[in-house]
Amino acid sequence: MADKKKKVPRAKMPEQDPNVRRRNFKEVPLGLEAETAIAEAKRCLQCKKPLCVDGCPVSIDIPAFVSRIADNDFSGAIGKLWERNALPAVCGRVCPQEEQCEGRCIVGKKGEPVAIGYLERFAADYERNNGTGGVPEVAKPTGKKVAVIGSGPSGLTVAGDLLLKGHGVTIFEAFHKAGGVLVYGIPEFRLPKAIVANEVAALEKMGAKIECNNVVGASVTIEELFEEGFDAAYIGVGAGLPRFMNLPGENAIGIYSANEYLTRTNLMKGYLFPEYDTPIARGKNVVVLGAGNVAMDSARTAMRLGADSVKIVYRRSRDEMPAREEELHHALEEQIEFVLLTNPTQFFSDENGRLTGMECLKMELGEPDDSGRRRPIPIEGSEYKINCDMVVVSVGSNANPLLTNSTPDVSLNRWGNIDADPVTGKTTKKGVWAGGDIVTGAATVILAMGAGRAAANSMHDYLALGW
Amino acid sequence: MAKIVNRQEMAQGTIILNEIKAPRISQKAKPGQFVILQADETGERIPLTMADTNPKKGTITIIYMVVGKSTARFRDLNVGDEYYALIGPLGMPTHVENVGKVVCVGGGTGIAVLHPITRALKEAGNEVTTILGSRSYDLLIMEEQMRAASTDLHICTDDGSHGHHGFVTQVLKDVLENNDIDLVVAIGPIPMMKFCSLITKEKNVHTLVSLNPIMVDGTGMCGCCRVTVGGDTKFACVDGPEFDAHKGDFDELAKRLASYLDDEKQSFDAYKNGNAQKTGNFDKT
Ligand SMILES: Cc1cc2nc3c(=O)[nH]c(=O)nc-3n(C[C@H](O)[C@H](O)[C@H](O)COP(=O)(O)OP(=O)(O)OC[C@H]3O[C@@H](n4cnc5c(N)ncnc54)[C@H](O)[C@@H]3O)c2cc1C
Ligand SMILES: Cc1cc2nc3c(=O)[nH]c(=O)nc-3n(C[C@H](O)[C@H](O)[C@H](O)COP(=O)(O)OP(=O)(O)OC[C@H]3O[C@@H](n4cnc5c(N)ncnc54)[C@H](O)[C@@H]3O)c2cc1C
Ligand code: SF4
Ligand code: SF4
Ligand code: FES
Repeated sequence: MADKKKKVPRAKMPEQDPNVRRRNFKEVPLGLEAETAIAEAKRCLQCKKPLCVDGCPVSIDIPAFVSRIADNDFSGAIGKLWERNALPAVCGRVCPQEEQCEGRCIVGKKGEPVAIGYLERFAADYERNNGTGGVPEVAKPTGKKVAVIGSGPSGLTVAGDLLLKGHGVTIFEAFHKAGGVLVYGIPEFRLPKAIVANEVAALEKMGAKIECNNVVGASVTIEELFEEGFDAAYIGVGAGLPRFMNLPGENAIGIYSANEYLTRTNLMKGYLFPEYDTPIARGKNVVVLGAGNVAMDSARTAMRLGADSVKIVYRRSRDEMPAREEELHHALEEQIEFVLLTNPTQFFSDENGRLTGMECLKMELGEPDDSGRRRPIPIEGSEYKINCDMVVVSVGSNANPLLTNSTPDVSLNRWGNIDADPVTGKTTKKGVWAGGDIVTGAATVILAMGAGRAAANSMHDYLALGW
Repeated sequence: MAKIVNRQEMAQGTIILNEIKAPRISQKAKPGQFVILQADETGERIPLTMADTNPKKGTITIIYMVVGKSTARFRDLNVGDEYYALIGPLGMPTHVENVGKVVCVGGGTGIAVLHPITRALKEAGNEVTTILGSRSYDLLIMEEQMRAASTDLHICTDDGSHGHHGFVTQVLKDVLENNDIDLVVAIGPIPMMKFCSLITKEKNVHTLVSLNPIMVDGTGMCGCCRVTVGGDTKFACVDGPEFDAHKGDFDELAKRLASYLDDEKQSFDAYKNGNAQKTGNFDKT
């Protein structure tokens, strides 16, 4: 060809071979080498008006951090990331980049966008493995104390920001480990737990106190925390109430909510049973209901726990599947089957209550519904049976009322989510902010972090100036 | 935190009592509520009801039967050792009011669960008849505490080694025949609760039972503890653990409790073999 300047293709992420990784819990993408990262960073055009930044919910200065990688200044790159994002190693791995930063990248208009996520991950991993392990300096103590309830990405962000501003921070977490969905939901093969532990340890070094095993609303109420001397509180308790299908036979042994399945496997390390004491069923023929990220994580986990077959059963078509493209692709590579336009109607079990199968109906797509997606309509008489010994119900989650029941003056919307100011995160109760999934319903890591950042700014103003 | 300050063996060493330092929980806990404990970082999260609390000392008491690996690991903790995790108080407290005449029926470690409830019911002004059962007299726990917490006390043993020779259900039937009872609380093995429930249903006496499904978080986030009550699915950790006995599906509960039978056996056997000589002395990180 007569092309004068050969276009440099987007860097390929090296990955574990699908046939090997589908039976182990090690991380799938292996990370870029320094050389590849530098070459990839050089693909960035350093736009004067960078569209990518508009696509990032926390407005990371993407051209700035990318140019530092291009210049071999990796610690400069991490410094730029930290200005806007306390958890770059996490976001580089789990952000839906194709819809956010990379989805807007100008290079992507006529080819493949700059691999911003890979580069973010690269800079963060490089720092973790080669950096000084130093933490940012915190401001002079203000003498104010803040209670952060929930240690997911939202709470961790609030904690980090307020520590930097010199406030005292105590994080209250219901589980015995901090990290929220990052430790109990997202599997090891997508987000190694050591990375989350590293971020949490950094907060502790900056002075955060972490009180695990404390279920606020049961162990202590927000009102009592104020009486104990806290000046403000942030609620970041996530969306921890599993939805079930409400179908006959759903309490059969072998039917899990995704929350239970993933918590047993990830947080309790059921995949290491009996070294760890919590058992997890190892289904042979597994069905996962739903088609979001959570469903993909459940399906890929079941494969790693030794399943012969894993099916994603979804009532709409491939185009409507809400999971990230990368996750769908990884799932297909790992021999997960997609059974589309299909919806269960009941579950069957044997005399011991163990699941043996489920009845399904075939669906067709009709007119678009409220969500803008075409509505699935059952095809009459299309019932058929799928044999299975395990089902993971991954059809979403709602707000858990345990904490909000104990704070009647924090008002809720009609779905039970906290009614918080979209700009500041203020709730209807003085001195209390909220953000993340408990406000928006199940969303993304970066949105939860963005809400945390906004609330931290508003809380800082309050602690200095009043409500 | 969560340090064991007192430890006793009961019922020939099959049942263990731990009094644990837990200032916050001891202030808050009400009868009927439970805690979740973990022996160490590798341990399972095990729900146990508080048999007593001492807010002044800042302690709670749990009483558990050694049935598998996790409870065996708890047994091997000594005074001075700490639980890795202790979470609570969880679950809905028992609704305690003066209804008149109450019968409390307990079996096995259910007696420990029943103890604070019985005491609260009597303190609320009820006349409380308590019926306790065990296989033999040497396996019966908390006789004296239960006597103190009740208006009168009946004991039944399967082998006739003490008190009534036979099951608690027979005494319950007699008591119901001869008195106008307003409420029955039955806590113990599933068959015991199921048969008590059948008897009180015939007599139309409101009855509470404490359902004990397998749990993970204990805060309503996983759905592991689901039970069917009156045809609806409830999460025992937040909606219970106490429910209307006449609406409970005991058979489903019994089946679901067997979910991990093979794994549990494997893990308990390995523990017994590997740790036979190693008691109270394992790694706590
Ligand atoms: C399996 C799975 C996969 C996902 N994959 C992705 C992905 O690839 N990319 C992406 O961007 N997003 C993903 N998400 C969504 C993302 O993880 C969430 O949107 C995000 O974690 C929400 O953060 P949060 O801080 O609001 O809450 P959470 O992360 O849910 O954290 C809340 C914390 O609060 C604690 N808590 C709850 N109640 C109490 C209480 N009463 N007292 C004290 N503590 C309490 C919880 O134990 C938890 O630790 C995924 C979610 C799941 C479940
Ligand atoms: C709310 C609640 C309160 C409880 N309070 C007490 C208490 O005060 N004292 C006490 O001794 N026990 C109590 N239990 C039961 C206790 O949690 C179990 O005995 C314990 O989890 C067994 O763990 P393991 O690993 O030692 O045995 P496993 O190896 O898990 O189980 C061994 C055997 O016990 C059965 N089992 C497992 N889980 C339970 C369970 N939740 N309930 C009953 N049987 C079970 C299994 O079917 C199996 O046959 C309570 C349970 C709940 C849900
Ligand atoms: S935080 Fe997420 S959206 Fe923002 S630049 Fe990083 S990967 Fe992209
Ligand atoms: S839009 Fe793309 S090319 Fe432009 S600055 Fe952002 S990453 Fe670089
Ligand atoms: S134990 Fe998880 S919801 Fe009850």
